[in-house]
Amino acid sequence: MIKVKINGQEQSWDGDPDLPLLWFLRDEAGLTGTKFGCGQALCGACTVIVDKEAVRACITSINDVAGREVTTIEGLHPNGDHPVQKAWRQVNVPQCGFCQAGQIMQAAALLMDNPKPSHDQIREAMSGNICRCGCYQRIENAVHLASTGV
Amino acid sequence: MNFIDNPKKLRGFEKNIKVEKVSRRSILKGLGITGGFVLAAPVMSRQAFAYETGAGKMPHGVVVDPRVFVAVAPDGTVTILAHRAEMGTGVRTSLPLIVAEEMEADWSRVKVEQAHGDEVKFGNQDTDGSRSTRHYLMPMRQIGASARTMLEQAAAKRWGVPATEVKAVNHEVVHSATSRKLGFGELAADAAKESVPSIEGLKLKDPKDFRYLGKGQIGIVDLHDITTGKARYGADVRLPGMKYAVIARPPVTGGKLVKFDPDAALKVPGVEKVMQVRGWPWPSKFQPLGGVAVIARNTGAAIKGRDALKLTWDDGANGKYDSVAYRKELEEASRKPGLVVRQEGDAEAALKGADKVVVGEYYLPHLAHVSMEPPVAVADVKGDKAEIWAPVQSPGGTREDVAKTLGIPEGNVTVNVTLLGGGFGRKSKCDFALEAALLSKELGVPVKVQWTREDDVRHDFLHTVSVERIEAGLDKSGKVIAWRHRSVAPTIASTFAAGAKNEAPFELGMGLVDMPFEIANISCENPEAAAFTRIGWFRSVSNIPRAFAVQSMVGEIAHATGRDQKETLLALIGSPRIVKPAVKDMWNYGEPLDSYPIDTARLRKVVELVAEKGEWGRQVPKGHGLGIAVHRSFVSYIATIVEVAVDDKGKLTVPRVDTAIDCGTYVNPERIASQIEGAAIMGLSLAKYGEITFKDGKVQQKNFDDFQVLRMDESPVVTNVYIVPPGPDMPPSGVGEPGVPPFAPALMNAIFAATGKRIRSLPLGKQLEA
Ligand code: FES
Ligand code: FES
Repeated sequence: MIKVKINGQEQSWDGDPDLPLLWFLRDEAGLTGTKFGCGQALCGACTVIVDKEAVRACITSINDVAGREVTTIEGLHPNGDHPVQKAWRQVNVPQCGFCQAGQIMQAAALLMDNPKPSHDQIREAMSGNICRCGCYQRIENAVHLASTGV
Repeated sequence: MNFIDNPKKLRGFEKNIKVEKVSRRSILKGLGITGGFVLAAPVMSRQAFAYETGAGKMPHGVVVDPRVFVAVAPDGTVTILAHRAEMGTGVRTSLPLIVAEEMEADWSRVKVEQAHGDEVKFGNQDTDGSRSTRHYLMPMRQIGASARTMLEQAAAKRWGVPATEVKAVNHEVVHSATSRKLGFGELAADAAKESVPSIEGLKLKDPKDFRYLGKGQIGIVDLHDITTGKARYGADVRLPGMKYAVIARPPVTGGKLVKFDPDAALKVPGVEKVMQVRGWPWPSKFQPLGGVAVIARNTGAAIKGRDALKLTWDDGANGKYDSVAYRKELEEASRKPGLVVRQEGDAEAALKGADKVVVGEYYLPHLAHVSMEPPVAVADVKGDKAEIWAPVQSPGGTREDVAKTLGIPEGNVTVNVTLLGGGFGRKSKCDFALEAALLSKELGVPVKVQWTREDDVRHDFLHTVSVERIEAGLDKSGKVIAWRHRSVAPTIASTFAAGAKNEAPFELGMGLVDMPFEIANISCENPEAAAFTRIGWFRSVSNIPRAFAVQSMVGEIAHATGRDQKETLLALIGSPRIVKPAVKDMWNYGEPLDSYPIDTARLRKVVELVAEKGEWGRQVPKGHGLGIAVHRSFVSYIATIVEVAVDDKGKLTVPRVDTAIDCGTYVNPERIASQIEGAAIMGLSLAKYGEITFKDGKVQQKNFDDFQVLRMDESPVVTNVYIVPPGPDMPPSGVGEPGVPPFAPALMNAIFAATGKRIRSLPLGKQLEA
């Protein structure tokens, strides 16, 4: 039996220990905010925070996070008012929105690590997250805004 | 748009959106409404619009009925139906916002609900062709105005005063003479009993009183849900007892399953069943390819199970498709005459007599859509009833196709439209929903079919592959006197009918026969090309290769004559006039040419505007270059300037992009800017990396590692958008697609300015490194 804390709640799994965390979250735990975009750590749509680090849930097995703390978009802030989420809304970042949970989690992790990133550092840190709709300019601006106070 | 307190903090933001300040006059001035709307026949006649659009000619036309689209609850909550699909354009906000504007509803008390697929009830729902605002601005205004009139009439009756004395203002109806007020909620029950007013009698708001339209201050309705993970896409639908499926499909289009061995797959924990899925021969529109489905308790198990399948396929006739050989065939065809689709003067003779002939052969490979959300659908089929939840651009078409595929009446099919995680034309084809329906029918439980990214890349309805060959004949003065453009590309029609080899009118009309230059001798030709895979619509469709070719050729002519790119472009566009190409039944994006002519004054205007705002001709550092391009598509006019920097190793960066768009009367400038910003990213993506190739009939790419799309670290540093203010009575035109076509040629013209290298073959790849 694998035990893992997700958004502060203890969850357990006694199926395939190799099951990617992404599918555990989405299909077994019903946390569909974390998205599937590539399955190969190429797009960042599935980004969650494990302890304090941004992780691609599609290539992380449920076993890899046993005993650790996973935060998904649903658990980032109780009212959805994390500075990154607020900045996202102020800048009207999303188009289709499908990549945005991953982008927001990546940005939140970036700001934990580097609270005042430069524009180039933002571009660098966010470049693992694809936005096919092309919201990059606004994502960059929103991360910057979140880092300077919303 | 929620403007940020200190926009200076944000790079590029201060220039992000600029709406030219010109007083916006009534778009309805001189509104000459003729014809009418009869309640018994909810499909509206075309004549009822202030300007004529092609909306009435779409399947099932337009429905203008407030009782279908608007509900007012006793607590005052106004619910407005969004009947078009939301894939990132903002339409789920914009169309209901138009209704709210006209009915004087307070947007903070409006709830938007998504309509299911029912075109008889809602009118056409095909969310494609950059048509939603174009076709629905006026009908949505009429719906809002009808609802407002009904509320006003109810209040007037309650007070016993003439209806002309009352007025709806911000969610209440007011009788100012007696200072009486009634909220929309208090009037809801009575208003529902009022008869729906006739369209001729409706009084539409004076645009100077607009609170929302044209302002761009309203965020999209899903903004909060998207940023908190609550927004529901196709993949997020979960039903009790639902099974998860992935499908192994024939690797070659038209291929067939010979045999399969399910044993290893069945041993994967979580896998419950392995079964064959019915496939249709190629081509058969959007019908599934068939294959073998792995059914499991979660998607991860299904994918692992599929990896363990042993499969033998018969590749069939398309097993020979090879992109290298095919390109040669297209090139050869482009060098020989083909079906003449536009002829003015004598291009052949003029080319022979020309002082100089500039020739360009431009290649654009197949492109995959790779919307961020791969295709996915949930179906629950019980007996002769089916319910679908899916991210589809065409819910009405999906309903029809599900009914046909299952052999049940259309009335027994419900199609629930979720949010689309991107569409770009891919989700106009409902094959994935049909797969889910077939599996659910057999299993008797709800089934979700999830496409992996590999499935998406390998089994897309691809953008066509094309060679565009242009010969421009110049006289001694450098004036272009002859223009021959041969376009060779497999047609989308080949997905519907076997053996289609010439492009359809709607493809020819996308930048080939509607070419707007003022040239005496013009020949546009379409040599034949056979298809060997599924070809489909991709955001802006044939306009991509056409604009790439035509606007690159403008740069080549500028170079050949030693003139400035922009001046060359304006000289080619010529005098301000309405272009009437000598083409029988020219396709004009489905719109009448009277309301949507090819207007070179507007084309010139966007070139001049972008040149002014984008500081055309500015000094740029060494290794930098500026390029410009303009293109009319989806009846909008767009010009783009790209600045590139190429270092000594051939590494490309894009410091700045400026785009001007004239899309007529518009609803939400903030979403227009976001569409154009996104179009620059998609344009740069396809120009730099976009290429799907075939070998032995199989797609050689699989995921974002070998079919790359642009990432943030290489995206333009700043993209500025300028929106041309609409003239009076200007009908609305497209926004979702037209931003893409001018990008690649502007980029290539800029690369030429920076390096002297002319790129005629996309994608750019490593060509600058050579
Ligand atoms: S789905 Fe995990 S990185 Fe793309
Ligand atoms: S908003 Fe659509 S993929 Fe990013």
